[in-house]
Amino acid sequence: MSTTLEKRPTSVATQARRRRVMGLGTLAVVLLVAAAVSLAVGARALSPAEVWHGLFPTPSSDQRLTEITLIVQTVRVPRTVLALVAGVALGVSGALIQGFTRNPIADTGLLGVNSGASFAVVSVITLFGLSNPYQYVWFAFLGAAAAGAVVFGLASIGRGAGSPLTLALAGQGVAVFLAAMTTAVALSNQASLNALRFWNAGTVAGVGFDVIWPVTAFVAAGLLLALTTLPALNLLNLGDDVARALGVNLALSRTVGIVSVTLLAGATTAACGPIAFLGLMVAHIARYLTGPDYRWLVPCAGLLGAAILLTCDIVGRVVTRPGELQAGVVVALVGAPFFAALVWRGKFKTV
Amino acid sequence: MNETAVKRSVAPGVRLGRASFVWRPWMVLVTLLLAVAAFLMFCLSIGVGDFPIGLSQVIATLFGQGERVDEFVIMDLRMPRALAGLVVGVALGLSGAITQSIARNPLASPDVLGITGGASAVAVFLVTVSGGAATVIADSVGLSAAALVGGLGTGLTVYFLAWRRGIDGLRLILIGISVSAVMEAITAWLLVTADIRDVARAQAWLVGSLDNRSWGEVWVALWCALALVAVVSCVAFQLRPLHFGDEVAAGLGVRYSMVRAVLLLCAVLLAGVAVSAAGPVPFVALVAPQVAMRLSRCPTPPLVASGLVGALLLIGADLVARTALPVSLPVGVVTAAIGGPFLVYLLVRANLKK
Repeated sequence: MSTTLEKRPTSVATQARRRRVMGLGTLAVVLLVAAAVSLAVGARALSPAEVWHGLFPTPSSDQRLTEITLIVQTVRVPRTVLALVAGVALGVSGALIQGFTRNPIADTGLLGVNSGASFAVVSVITLFGLSNPYQYVWFAFLGAAAAGAVVFGLASIGRGAGSPLTLALAGQGVAVFLAAMTTAVALSNQASLNALRFWNAGTVAGVGFDVIWPVTAFVAAGLLLALTTLPALNLLNLGDDVARALGVNLALSRTVGIVSVTLLAGATTAACGPIAFLGLMVAHIARYLTGPDYRWLVPCAGLLGAAILLTCDIVGRVVTRPGELQAGVVVALVGAPFFAALVWRGKFKTV
Repeated sequence: MNETAVKRSVAPGVRLGRASFVWRPWMVLVTLLLAVAAFLMFCLSIGVGDFPIGLSQVIATLFGQGERVDEFVIMDLRMPRALAGLVVGVALGLSGAITQSIARNPLASPDVLGITGGASAVAVFLVTVSGGAATVIADSVGLSAAALVGGLGTGLTVYFLAWRRGIDGLRLILIGISVSAVMEAITAWLLVTADIRDVARAQAWLVGSLDNRSWGEVWVALWCALALVAVVSCVAFQLRPLHFGDEVAAGLGVRYSMVRAVLLLCAVLLAGVAVSAAGPVPFVALVAPQVAMRLSRCPTPPLVASGLVGALLLIGADLVARTALPVSLPVGVVTAAIGGPFLVYLLVRANLKK
């Protein structure tokens, strides 16, 4: 009798764990398939053999094969890698920001990251006359990081110490202010307005590895920090008092968490432009799939984010050939109705 | 000792026959002060311009005691703009307070209900896509009217999409965010594919403006807003119990499903009124209730004070935009530039005090 009673909870837990591992495994497989498809699909469709040759070129004098190598290595591989990196970063930061603000409608733009980056972009274009995305990527990252730092600094003044509500509202206040400044600059300078409209659409295309590697480094640092906060985040969601009683250093874990979100969202926004809706959507879907345990939720959100962003990028290349739809636009156009349907069916719980 | 501490922190209740309410003298005082400040700002906004009129003369003219020149300048030229600012501010503040109360979330604002997104998408479509049906629509009904129809259509779509045996706060907001995201994506895509001159025109419309208001437009907005405010004030006393959650509200005798449905519909329509009068003025609805809440030291967004803060913010921003700034900026930009930092200031001050 007693053995059955003891056994049942463990078997349920094992089942849940097995389901989660299976889920993560499935996502990883989906991601691999999507990455392979992403290399093959585009303005010029390539066969698997051609992709293989493009990835691992053998010396040949064939003009066509050199061309394919060029396409694969300078266009397809960079945007696939960036979609993966940005997707993971946005998914993870979306889940983290909802956890740290305890707010189910917080998105990755909440810390002022998007508006900080936009403001930096229009400012440097107006001040220095820059015209190439390569030149303003790092200003965008600086703007995002500065905005994140200001928000967190303001929310930590005094004894609020980055409490969820203060953080969310301070973020909104700063974001509102920066967005107004961005509009003011963009309305007075046509070049920056022109850059802003492309920037706002959000795309993973058009940057090379000289941007992608540094972004990946920042994202990797952000992911490491994120991993260290996950156990504390679980406790924080029981409420500040309970978390403190269980030995969580509130100020430290919040600081690490917010720095991580700023790194992840800031680096991605700098490279791709604002794709805020992805993080929000992915965090909810991941919570539905794994339950509220952040140690599972966050990795799941990362994989899901990468899978969705990559798929949306592929869809964007196909639907308006030979033109392209920006990945950010596709995420909203395809993802949002799907997400709304899930919401309507009542699948989601609040944070 | 403990007794007194507990008693002091609880606001006293007042009962008059069947009606009862919480007596918060500070909130009443702040609301009155806000009303006076909003009225003075309204008069100041009317008085300042190329033909300056003193504050006392403005007030006299408003009450029908002014000279004929002043009366012409005020009633025919400046009044529509100031009144539009007042109506838009009150509508946005009120709509934001309702949304935040029902969602029980300070990040919720009518912007996420789809009205702004829908109106923007329609307006940008009409501005950027020339020829065919778009031009016919823009010429025949006007840009603002078409945008209003788009915004209200989107808002009501969100509302009915979210309907599933009643309206649930979080469900409505999440579906609203999704629909808004679709609309914003369409807007972004239209802007990317458009001619840069059209983009500038569209961008100017996207931030909202009080320029060139006529009496006709203002009257419609005013009457719609008054009707909606009347409906809200009939239902609003049932709003407070909703903050405790559905079960408690039901226990206190509130028909929460009905109250929520009516109030949110009012919030959607109020935001629509604001869009019709000034275009999508961003952020007022988000900032005003939070500022009002902190000024009046009320635990939930106070409806009247939120509307007044919204009006004060919008008229003040319009005044600053018209007079103090070297370049002419739309009122939405100035509102956000003032409202955002003020909210942050209130937060920081509260943190330092604690």
